Amino acid sequence: MIFPIPSGTRDVLPDEMGELRTLTERLRAVFSKAGYGEVYTPALEYEGVITRGPLGGARPAYRVFDENGEVLVLRSDMTVPIARLVGSRYQASEPPLRFAYFAHCYRGVRPQRGQPREFLQAGIELVGAAAPGGTAEAVTVLCNALDAAGLMRYRVGIGDAALYPALMEALEVPHEQRPRLLSELGHGDFVGLENALAELSIDERSLELLLRVPQLRGGPDILHGPPGPVADAVAGLRSIHALLAADVAERVIFDLGLSRAPGYYTGAVFEVYDPAVGMPIGGGGRYDHLLGQFGRELPAVGFALEVEKLHQALAAEERLAEAVR
Amino acid sequence: MSSTGLTIAVPRGALFDDTLDWLERLGVPTGEVRTNDRKLLFEDVGLITMRPSDVPTYVAAGAADLGVTGKDVLMEQGDAAPNGSGRDVYELRDLGFGRCTMVVASVAGPDRAAEALRRLGVIRVATKYPRVAAAHFERTGRQVEIIEVKGSVELAPLTGLVEAIVDLTATGTTLRENNLVIRETLAVCTARLIANPVAHKLKAAAIDELLERSRAS
Repeated sequence: MIFPIPSGTRDVLPDEMGELRTLTERLRAVFSKAGYGEVYTPALEYEGVITRGPLGGARPAYRVFDENGEVLVLRSDMTVPIARLVGSRYQASEPPLRFAYFAHCYRGVRPQRGQPREFLQAGIELVGAAAPGGTAEAVTVLCNALDAAGLMRYRVGIGDAALYPALMEALEVPHEQRPRLLSELGHGDFVGLENALAELSIDERSLELLLRVPQLRGGPDILHGPPGPVADAVAGLRSIHALLAADVAERVIFDLGLSRAPGYYTGAVFEVYDPAVGMPIGGGGRYDHLLGQFGRELPAVGFALEVEKLHQALAAEERLAEAVR
Repeated sequence: MSSTGLTIAVPRGALFDDTLDWLERLGVPTGEVRTNDRKLLFEDVGLITMRPSDVPTYVAAGAADLGVTGKDVLMEQGDAAPNGSGRDVYELRDLGFGRCTMVVASVAGPDRAAEALRRLGVIRVATKYPRVAAAHFERTGRQVEIIEVKGSVELAPLTGLVEAIVDLTATGTTLRENNLVIRETLAVCTARLIANPVAHKLKAAAIDELLERSRAS
């Protein structure tokens, strides 16, 4: 007799569990050594609390009523719950605050795409450390964690969520057109972006910048190219690069078109790539205004790794190593 | 490893020849792909062939770095993932060929779809593009019952299964031969070059070089 479980959820049996446990212990050791204390928050939160900030793609997908008729949601990430935790439990603490977590999060899926409804995130949040120092620390912990996990071929893409809005502001793109351009860019639809730009009445050179700048990605040399309008965001990326140790810096790809789904990012954003997995295996960024929604106006940065995808990438690298041998 | 350093998903079917011509112009040899229609994987030139609707699936999973498919397929399969993990594939370039229009059509004469909506409150619509069709009628405030068919959609209104169809047409010949007329145009669809988001970062130089050659050709 087979009793089904919801699509996008899984039973984990001892062989896999053992490997996942080894992996998370390695990550935990890195987080702990870097001074990040592990926290846990409830999987269920009040909807009214968790949706205080801008959530973008990380909007909770599952809701239940409790016995008092209150709406509860299953958390969709750990960044917002930790922002709540800082606002409630660390009202007077001297920043910076460092937290690590290992927690399952829950999101909606599109059917038949193999997307998980429930997935394990391992990550950190660094609260009260502004750019670029805080960002460089988060990227360094991220690379140390991936090294400790044993992943060989990963790269970390770094962009800036404020870059394209700054570019649109400088080139005087009409306000009502901006959400559409950002949406096309967020979907990676460069044809749509080009079509939307063609409808704007702005000069040829501005058009070219609006289309080309978000397609710039590569080593630190790309940070010396882009001109005036994006200078601040690019200078921010350069100053992060300047703070990274050589072994971390060589993992970094700069990507002026990078945008991440949750709407709370305000500055540098990053994603982790591995050639073996077709989608990012983790990511994060700066969210300098989210904490303010929970009563403590502190700049913050964090990242989350998706442990199951990281495990897949490691398994793929092992297969590759065996094939070479 | 192929000369481009990339794996490209090529759609068999209506876009096949134009896609191979485009690749040929970029300097990718396509001779064997043209002559061997049973083989699917051409590793030495970095090409894999498949149904157009499978192209986004392979590209999204990273099994191919790039792919060519119709905008109709991309529209039907949707853009952003609801779980916040971002987009499945990047759409890099409108390749211009394979131009078709997505239309609403019904049997010639008085529009049965309009009559059904007026008297029965709902139009039955047959299509291979259920999401595109549902979104179109929802946007225009009309109630519909979508019936998904896999084969010749033109048959559905002729047999009374539905009052209207949503389908892709290049010249309109098949519609005319089946006594169907176009009532509305939804979108113009052309072939698009799509990329896996991770490959777009990790193989940036190879992809940009290909785009550059495509622009020049």
